[in-house]
Amino acid sequence: MQRIGVFVCHCGTNIAATVDVSKVAEAAKHEPGVVYAVDYTFMCSEAGQNLIAQAIKDYGLTAIVVCSCSPRMHEATFRKVAEENGVNPYMVEIANIREQCSWVHKNMDEGTPKAITLMKTAVAKVNLDAPLQEGEAPVTKRALVIGGGIAGIQTALDIADCGYKVDIVEKEQTIGGRMAQLDKTFPTLDCSSCILTPRMTEVAQHPNIRLFTYSEVQEVSGFVGNFDVKILKKSRSVREKDCTGCGVCMTKCPSKKIPNEFNRGLNFRTAINIPFAQAIPNVPVIDKEHCIHFKTGKCGICAKVCPSHAVDYEIQDEVIEEKYGAIVVATGFDQIDLHKFGELGYGVSKDVISSLEYERIMSATGPTGGHIVRPSDGKEPKDIVFIQCVGSRCEPDDRRGKTYCSKICCMYTAKQSIMTCDHIPGAKCHVFYIDVRTPGKMFDEFYRRAVEQYGVDYIKGNVGKVTPLPNGKLRVHGVDLLDQKEVELDTDMVVLAGAIEPNPSIRPLATKLTLSIDNNNFLNEAHAKLHPVEAATAGVFMAGTVQGPKDIPETVAQAGAAAVKAVALLAKDKLKTNPCVAQPDELYCNGCSVCANVCPYGAITYIEKEVRDHGVRETRRLAQVNPSLCKGCGACTVACPSGAMNLKGFTNRQIMAEVDSVCQ
Amino acid sequence: MGEITQYSYFPGCTLKTKAKDLDRYARSCAEKLGAELVEPENWQCCGGVYPMGSDEIGNKLSSVRALNDAREHGRELVTVCSACYHVIKRVNDDMANVPDIQKRANNYAEFDEPYTGETKVLHYLELLRDRIGFDKVKEAVTKPLAGKKIGAFYGCLLLRPSNILQFDDPENPSIMEDFISALGATPVRYQMRNECCGGYRRMENPELAQKLVGKIFTDARNAGCEELITACPLCWYNLNSYEGPDKLPVRYMTEVLAEALGILDEKPEAAELDGVSCGCMQDAGKEA
Repeated sequence: MQRIGVFVCHCGTNIAATVDVSKVAEAAKHEPGVVYAVDYTFMCSEAGQNLIAQAIKDYGLTAIVVCSCSPRMHEATFRKVAEENGVNPYMVEIANIREQCSWVHKNMDEGTPKAITLMKTAVAKVNLDAPLQEGEAPVTKRALVIGGGIAGIQTALDIADCGYKVDIVEKEQTIGGRMAQLDKTFPTLDCSSCILTPRMTEVAQHPNIRLFTYSEVQEVSGFVGNFDVKILKKSRSVREKDCTGCGVCMTKCPSKKIPNEFNRGLNFRTAINIPFAQAIPNVPVIDKEHCIHFKTGKCGICAKVCPSHAVDYEIQDEVIEEKYGAIVVATGFDQIDLHKFGELGYGVSKDVISSLEYERIMSATGPTGGHIVRPSDGKEPKDIVFIQCVGSRCEPDDRRGKTYCSKICCMYTAKQSIMTCDHIPGAKCHVFYIDVRTPGKMFDEFYRRAVEQYGVDYIKGNVGKVTPLPNGKLRVHGVDLLDQKEVELDTDMVVLAGAIEPNPSIRPLATKLTLSIDNNNFLNEAHAKLHPVEAATAGVFMAGTVQGPKDIPETVAQAGAAAVKAVALLAKDKLKTNPCVAQPDELYCNGCSVCANVCPYGAITYIEKEVRDHGVRETRRLAQVNPSLCKGCGACTVACPSGAMNLKGFTNRQIMAEVDSVCQ
Repeated sequence: MGEITQYSYFPGCTLKTKAKDLDRYARSCAEKLGAELVEPENWQCCGGVYPMGSDEIGNKLSSVRALNDAREHGRELVTVCSACYHVIKRVNDDMANVPDIQKRANNYAEFDEPYTGETKVLHYLELLRDRIGFDKVKEAVTKPLAGKKIGAFYGCLLLRPSNILQFDDPENPSIMEDFISALGATPVRYQMRNECCGGYRRMENPELAQKLVGKIFTDARNAGCEELITACPLCWYNLNSYEGPDKLPVRYMTEVLAEALGILDEKPEAAELDGVSCGCMQDAGKEA
């Protein structure tokens, strides 16, 4: 028989306001095996922990029940107390009387009986608990960073500088991400490329960093410290080691009319292409969908003109298998498709463009060489209307947009209007806004500069319609809420600050990594405040806009945080493994394979083994669990038709004891 | 054409008075396309948009009765007037989802079975697209309107509130353009096609309505429209009574359909421009 101590926490008034905690403790004293029960204000505090430690000594406790918050919050805390005082940490059960009781009930009449039931359930289970021993697993001293934008670049550099090996997997043919597409950065107006490209070069030259561009994560298995990852390295049809990046192939390629993705479709590229001059690696990719050679078997000009004979149409895709101790996800964002906002003229007039397209137009490496011109006729606009919050801060039932604030648009719109005035003397900029949000160092000063020094015309209100006029101008129909009147502006160009959303590649990747994502496809953190860069899956971290909208400095700071978390993991030589894994009972197992079929982690295999059953010796096919692969999900225990499979710490007997206790 | 299918048909009061063409051609075209429109007995005015503006149950009962009648006959309910469609579909949504309205309306109506939003409400355009099929409409066209550049004028009542009406994308609707294409004409998309025509504000602020309609015509003309079509009697009235630059001819969608199907009357009855479009609103106006 166990000697059980029950510890009921008030959690200040969090629990005590709707649960009569003393009654719960009193009721516990009558439960089988309970030798001590007490309530206390904050059981997780040092004094609360000492109370448990003292009780273990005084009453010779062999098992502990803590009635408190969710086990996700403090199970580890109480297990540690038990272990330090000679009780096996797996002899601790948590009865969640906060999230699942006091917080969901309004008064003690409801809360107290339920808390007592939950306490009884935990006591019933702990009576059947058995001490479990954690195993040990080695740590692979190499990190994987998925995504080669500024978030991934910074994370990789920080990990590599700590002395650990890092691989970056980037699906595009160059690293750099969105930041490479930007012109200037707010609020300092330093050139985005100028601060990014040295970082890109550093990545390329760092002895600890390997770069897999034009590559995708294909498969992930294993667990924290020991991930097995398959990386699909797509064929560039150009040998990286031979190519000098001279670009002759691009000048000669006859397939020239492909919308240039890097310039957001504002101009064309060739089928063999390097997106921009500072690309890393500076090696082209042949786009097989548009290449004449791949479509018809003819052409082959690039191979003929290449001075270093680097073009090779026969190169095949390659799968690289590597082991990693930690994974950082930094897949970034994209701007939402603005074609849904036809009323604002996107897709109707060429002179209505997205803010990211405008960045490309302003950029010296862009389609116009940095000259601000209208896409329709190449003329310099003298009047530009910027519309903010296009698709941001929408109503929940608005299927076109997002409910959240995209956070960066207010600042880059101020920047774009300032830059427009700098590029085009005498230009007039108007900005339609809902609110101007400028919390950040030197942010509000920057916005006021746009208003006060550059005379940017900020109009509080929405735009309902943009109509093209016969003279080539655009008529913007909006409302000025401060003046309480309708506004009609005839302008040369309209720039839409479209909402940002996570890059769509995160969805399949999240499935591969068993990560949780929110309604908007942003990654969920393990804890919004206390574990902001950790995923709920151990060993996986996140950085940048895959977690939520953020600007460059925030992204870089978060990348550093993710890197430290990854390094803290890589620095360990061994990790403790979860002992709550599945275990088959040989006498009940009939080798039917049902459990192996439901196991999501491939942890179950079969062996032929001689067993002795009622004095009869025979060879049987039996299930066997690899404890380092098993995550303790319990799927096999439910699927097993003969009840042979048990999850340690959650055995069928224990679960049934809990159910019985609720039903009594 | 295949089998004749029956639909309950709520014409609405305007189609009996000022918008007879919209009604007449809706029926004759439906017949030609294999759909029989059956008018419920003793239907009453849907109330214009006023039932939506108050929580009075009395204003909603007309729609509830028509909806219940369709249910009793096991038919879907078709309307062609934008205002009727708007009101009936929204009342139907209330009857399905707002317990208070559901209870009070049923207490008044005393049907054999309480009505709880079972009837499917279709606009005439949805009947053409989803039940008959635009491809079938295209096959039935005998006089294609080839070469005509027609702009669709949606107005507001068909499209909003979009979460309840679920008629089309409220900002980028396309059902009428697809309809125009089926008739062999060239649909011209213009930005102002889903704007407000001024609606009932025509009564107390005609200048405002004129200004709004002027913007619509200017944009339609700039985009290359030669004529506009609409399903709404109120839009038809406000657009046709406009006096100013850029004005374009405006016809009912059913009239254009009849033309393409080759069943347009030789001498159509002159559409009436005097008075306000919606019958019941005419009375309301007089009182005011």
